Amino acid sequence: MAEPARSILAPFLAIGLVVAGGAGAFAYTAGWLSPDRLTPDRMVDAFAPPGGPAPGHRRNHAKGVCFTGVFEANGAGAALSRARVFATGGYPVVGRFNFGTPDPNAPDATARARGLSIKVSTPDGQEWRSAMISAPVFPVSTPQAFYELLKTPKDPNAMKAFAAAHPEIGAFGAWAKSAPWTASYAEERYNSLNSFIFTDSGGEDRAVRWSFIPEATPVPVPAEDLPKRGRDFLEKEIAERIAAGPARWTLAVTVAEPGDPTADPSKAWPAGRKTVEVGKLVAQKIEPEADGPCRDVNFDPTVLPSGIRTSDDQFPAARSAAYAVSFDRRSAEAKDYPAK
Amino acid sequence: MTIVSEPRAAAMTESRPRFTPLQRALHWLMAIGVLSMLFIGVGMVSTVTQTHLTLVSIHKPLGIALLVLVIIRIAVRLTTGAPALPADLPEPMKLAAKLSHLAFYGLMVSMPLIGWAMLSAADYPITLWGGFTLPPIVSPSRELHAWLWDAHRTLAFCFFALVLLHIAAALFHVLVRRDGVFQQMAGGEG
Repeated sequence: MAEPARSILAPFLAIGLVVAGGAGAFAYTAGWLSPDRLTPDRMVDAFAPPGGPAPGHRRNHAKGVCFTGVFEANGAGAALSRARVFATGGYPVVGRFNFGTPDPNAPDATARARGLSIKVSTPDGQEWRSAMISAPVFPVSTPQAFYELLKTPKDPNAMKAFAAAHPEIGAFGAWAKSAPWTASYAEERYNSLNSFIFTDSGGEDRAVRWSFIPEATPVPVPAEDLPKRGRDFLEKEIAERIAAGPARWTLAVTVAEPGDPTADPSKAWPAGRKTVEVGKLVAQKIEPEADGPCRDVNFDPTVLPSGIRTSDDQFPAARSAAYAVSFDRRSAEAKDYPAK
Repeated sequence: MTIVSEPRAAAMTESRPRFTPLQRALHWLMAIGVLSMLFIGVGMVSTVTQTHLTLVSIHKPLGIALLVLVIIRIAVRLTTGAPALPADLPEPMKLAAKLSHLAFYGLMVSMPLIGWAMLSAADYPITLWGGFTLPPIVSPSRELHAWLWDAHRTLAFCFFALVLLHIAAALFHVLVRRDGVFQQMAGGEG
């Protein structure tokens, strides 16, 4: 019995369509068909100076020095978060003092926003990583706006146009213009900027930000005096200071009230919010980055213990995605940043 | 009357031996899981939005779940075997089928292990959920991380290409040869 005639082409066409559809969906998901999607790669590329990035180094906050120490929790934080790191006790810290620049050889005097990054390990195998800066607020409200800021040419007219489109940058600008300069990493206050959610043992959530407040009294110095102290004066100063004795910061956790701008790190929360001092960071030993314990640490602010999680703030996700790209690239360039 | 040497007729008259229900369940469960992993993987590295974190938080436990499943699957395959391919399937296609299955097993085993090792080499805590973390399986090393990262990425693209090839081959058996090979793995009674 003869079969009805079938087109031999039709099945192959169907197979081709299925394969092409699958490949297309994959390409779309990967962003290959979306040149305007803000990908982590594009974000990281935007940090590169005109001469290209410094291979082997972080793509931003490229200059820094390692430290080790301990976080001494006083137990007060346990009322806010069930994370082990807030239970009374001492927990080892690997950290890094740094400042915002894509150039690992930048003169320390050029650093307006100085940074403190920490990785705190607890006996339950969990970690709390945080990368903070000395500015009280972030320049802009969204990762997209930050990308646009990075892409804005550094001429006054372009910056003026950007500021007009993103007026929130005024608060950061005012800080950068008027905040006193110090000559030491140990005299800076470092702020989370982003908000996170603390969950207590009863399951209650609170939106918080935090700051590490220096024990050392900040000594204001004229900005124009800083270059005279030498290219690496921040690293030298902190090494000498800590060789003589540990440097300390108090960790103060600020709890948001309903309506506070938890999603927008460019906006400070109103004064008078409940603030809890939950412990002290003790920096005990400085080590050069090239051989140091912080060189290969990605201080991804979304590496959080159970009891802390990200909030409606868009930045930690963007930072996590971009830091991973930076880490992936520099770890592939290990030969360009050998241990000394 | 049917002519038994005519493959299409043969497929219609006698049902070929099939994979066991457990094998079929594992196949389809893992098919969904693997395809999801590949899309989640390329998606999570393509965005800086909150979706990035959501996808990463699925990628890790799903990868480990697939590693557990493939171990069970290999044990089942070694003990149960697989139904034979049609005798009249050309030898090169038989070889391609066997090699592609080997490649699948290799990728299903190696991808989660490479991912796990890659996170270990980068010194990230390998958090699956809530505070449950896996131990590292290699020591932190940027050189090793770079190598594993490249391998994870390259093999992911190979994996997706193999999946497309597999789907094309399955459809070829269904639509062109109509030889019952797809039905060996398809759902339904039996």
